[in-house]
Amino acid sequence: MGRTARPAGPPGEPRRVGYLYVLPGFVVYALFALYPLLKAVYLSLYAWDGLTLGTWVGLANYTEVLTDERLRAAFGHALVLMVFFALLPLGIGLVLASILHRARVRGLSFFRTVVFLPQVVAMVVIAVAWRRIYAPDGTINQVLSAVGLESWTRGWLGEYVFALPAVGLVGTWFESGLVTVLLLAGMGRISRDLYEAARLDGAGPVREFLAVTLPSVRGEIAVALTLTVIAALKTFDLIYLTTGGGPGHQTTVPSYEVYRQAFELGRVGLACAIGVCLTIVIFAISLVITRVGDRAAD
Amino acid sequence: MRVSTAERNANYVILAAFAVFAIWPIAGILLAGLQPEGDAPGGLANLAQAWDIGRFGSYLRTSVMVSAFVVPVSALLSILAGFALGTMRFRGADPIFYLMLVGIMMPAEAVVVPLFFDLRAVGLTDTFWAIALPQVAQSVAFGTFWMRAAFRAQPRSLVEAARLDGASTGRVLWLILVPVARPAIVTLLVLTFMWTWNEFLIPLVMVPTNEALRTAPLGLGFFSGQYTQGTALLAAGATIVALPVVVVYLFLQRHFIAGMLEGAVKD
Repeated sequence: MGRTARPAGPPGEPRRVGYLYVLPGFVVYALFALYPLLKAVYLSLYAWDGLTLGTWVGLANYTEVLTDERLRAAFGHALVLMVFFALLPLGIGLVLASILHRARVRGLSFFRTVVFLPQVVAMVVIAVAWRRIYAPDGTINQVLSAVGLESWTRGWLGEYVFALPAVGLVGTWFESGLVTVLLLAGMGRISRDLYEAARLDGAGPVREFLAVTLPSVRGEIAVALTLTVIAALKTFDLIYLTTGGGPGHQTTVPSYEVYRQAFELGRVGLACAIGVCLTIVIFAISLVITRVGDRAAD
Repeated sequence: MRVSTAERNANYVILAAFAVFAIWPIAGILLAGLQPEGDAPGGLANLAQAWDIGRFGSYLRTSVMVSAFVVPVSALLSILAGFALGTMRFRGADPIFYLMLVGIMMPAEAVVVPLFFDLRAVGLTDTFWAIALPQVAQSVAFGTFWMRAAFRAQPRSLVEAARLDGASTGRVLWLILVPVARPAIVTLLVLTFMWTWNEFLIPLVMVPTNEALRTAPLGLGFFSGQYTQGTALLAAGATIVALPVVVVYLFLQRHFIAGMLEGAVKD
């Protein structure tokens, strides 16, 4: 760490005063985020009810995460939610964005404002809104009755088969706007020449989409998937406020199980093990998506 | 690009349909909150009624206090840390940066359990600090990452010229870099405000018994579980909870959209 200035090498000059600037933020972060994460790993090796002394159980909590039917189901439900939170919005977003990208339409910025709105509304409010829609006397059933399909009406969030897709569709609604806006921004950066070239080659809309648009927005697709997959894995509020994991355990997810095991059942060690697994899954998925996205971009 | 009139019109239809789909549940809540029903007199009086029955006055006060603490404090800490990591070279800078990156991805669900029991051990649960400090920590992780990128994007000659003129490190930051980075700082402020205002899990866990410290979303969560005499007041309460962020969004939407999209892309 000599005083000789390295040419052009970021970031800047060597300066000890840097510690002083980093310290306050890092201390708060370390105390209230990093340390608890390590503590979670530690607690996950114990059976502890939060009150009395814990007992060391080694990896037993992790074995339970992998073998307990309800907990395994929770991770399975998270996978299903990924389809609704990530894949469906990606499909919708790709179709919408490429349609809108082909033709310069007016009112695009107003459209952006509107479809992005769900992202800024508190999840509690979204849960209240969708509970009204799914309720036995809610909007969907009213519409079904009005068109003579009364036999189809049901309490959508209370039925074994429909509860998870119903929650999932809230996610599709929630994420589609975000993905569309993200992809539109990416498509806006594609050079028009590429399209002219494709048209001279006689490409139709579909070929044009596959040959020009899709490869150009790979980076955006990776970002969209990272954001939405993580959102699917972190769905706590929505489950807590709409179904409470039910009926049975049809809609429970890992983040909800963390809360339930720790604060309702007093199984703190197990809750921490679930939390650690969730963290590992999130890190792994974002790493894989980023890697694949990077390679695709090369 | 040249497309036919028919395609253009079809686009408008698709655009409108999707916009309606996106806005419909939210608009539904807004309208339901104005309906007369049971305790609810209808119109804007519903908001007042929900304010009283649902105790939203108290919830909003807590939310305002929490945001008024978390947003400026985490922004200040993020600016300082981002400045150091973005413009200075010192031993350990990279490990510190990567550790903070972990905080961006780390799910709150994983840390909230140990945090609750540690804070309970030192008597901090059911206090303001138990809600505020963990959220400062989360926001600082993103904020440092965000401000580091913002400061690095500025031309280095800016800093070097000021140093040659004998400006101190503090002056370089506050008089030269911060004014240029203002748009990034505004984005950081609105995002942190939105995350803090909308946060549900941390207040839920951290104030298990202190009703006076329930934030607006938490209060709405409890209200929706207890109040079952209809939906008008519930919807009015939901409107009250959503409104502050939505109003800020309508004015500063570019910052929201840019921040949430670029936040994931940068670096």
